[in-house]
Amino acid sequence: MNWLQDTVYYIGAFGLVFIGLFVMLVKRNLIKVIIGLSILETGVNLFLVSVGYISRGTAPIFSNPLVETRTRVDPVPQALVLTAIVIGVAVLALALSLAIRLYQHYGTLDLSKIREQKW
Amino acid sequence: MRSIVSLVALAVIGAGIAVSLDEIPFGAVKSRVGGHYVDLGREQTGASNIVTAVVVNYRGFDTLGEVTVLFVAAMGLGAVLATRRNKQKPDIESASLVLYTGCRFLFPLILLFGAYIFINGHLTPGGGFQGGAVVASAFVLVYLGCRGKKINETGSKLVESAGGLIFILVGFAGLAVGGHYFLSNYLPRGELNTLFSAGVIPIIYIAIGLKVGSELAGVIDRLVEEST
Repeated sequence: MNWLQDTVYYIGAFGLVFIGLFVMLVKRNLIKVIIGLSILETGVNLFLVSVGYISRGTAPIFSNPLVETRTRVDPVPQALVLTAIVIGVAVLALALSLAIRLYQHYGTLDLSKIREQKW
Repeated sequence: MRSIVSLVALAVIGAGIAVSLDEIPFGAVKSRVGGHYVDLGREQTGASNIVTAVVVNYRGFDTLGEVTVLFVAAMGLGAVLATRRNKQKPDIESASLVLYTGCRFLFPLILLFGAYIFINGHLTPGGGFQGGAVVASAFVLVYLGCRGKKINETGSKLVESAGGLIFILVGFAGLAVGGHYFLSNYLPRGELNTLFSAGVIPIIYIAIGLKVGSELAGVIDRLVEEST
């Protein structure tokens, strides 16, 4: 039981990563591939934040003097994830714009019907 | 066939990750630099939100790179979608009364909330990136509820450029005045937990907030324009 408590965040994070990777590898619809990319990114962000967790730590913000003495979690992964989320939104928008152009050019989002995108 | 191959590949990757994660216990202290920032961050930067201190002060140069990535992604979207212009305006079905009224009522409040988040980034949870995302969400509401209205493109580009320029100019001023390094915190630290504290951190975070907000609003504008 204790083992599960310690690893449940890693399991959840990599569960999301693998769901995203599987969707990206298997699905043929480009929109679904982009959704997979988004899920994968969420998993990576969750993993980074859970790596920075320190047992019984609280947020590294000193606005409230009442929780002055408690341990704080590592702020560095949180700072990285903070920017990664916003960049993820922009990258998602870029991917969707490419999907729009592909649809206008080929008339389909099915990757198996688009010659250059087949594998 | 594809799914079987993919599953096998994922199983191999998963086994590798499981083996390497065994060495990284959950909840243990993994790096000394994080503890150093937590212990000394308030003294060194004057910000009570240590995450903000890391993003803007300790790793400000890294953040400049990330803002650049965001800019390049937004620019790439503009380049991909900017071929057809000057279409005549199509008839847009107007939104329902609830959505229209909600848009007119909530738009200034959401902008205010976003500005609050990035102005108080060095005191409370939040900051430029989060506040900018909230500001952009207000523009999503406008495109959903008050159809036909759109952002002033020149104005949004002006705000975006001003945000980026302020970031870089404050950084170079740190090189000149602080005399140490790019983006050094040369303004007085002030009193902890007050609005005017932490030196250059609030200035840079407000610039980032304006830049991210106008950039994401521009992205939304281009995508909406493409779909109509």
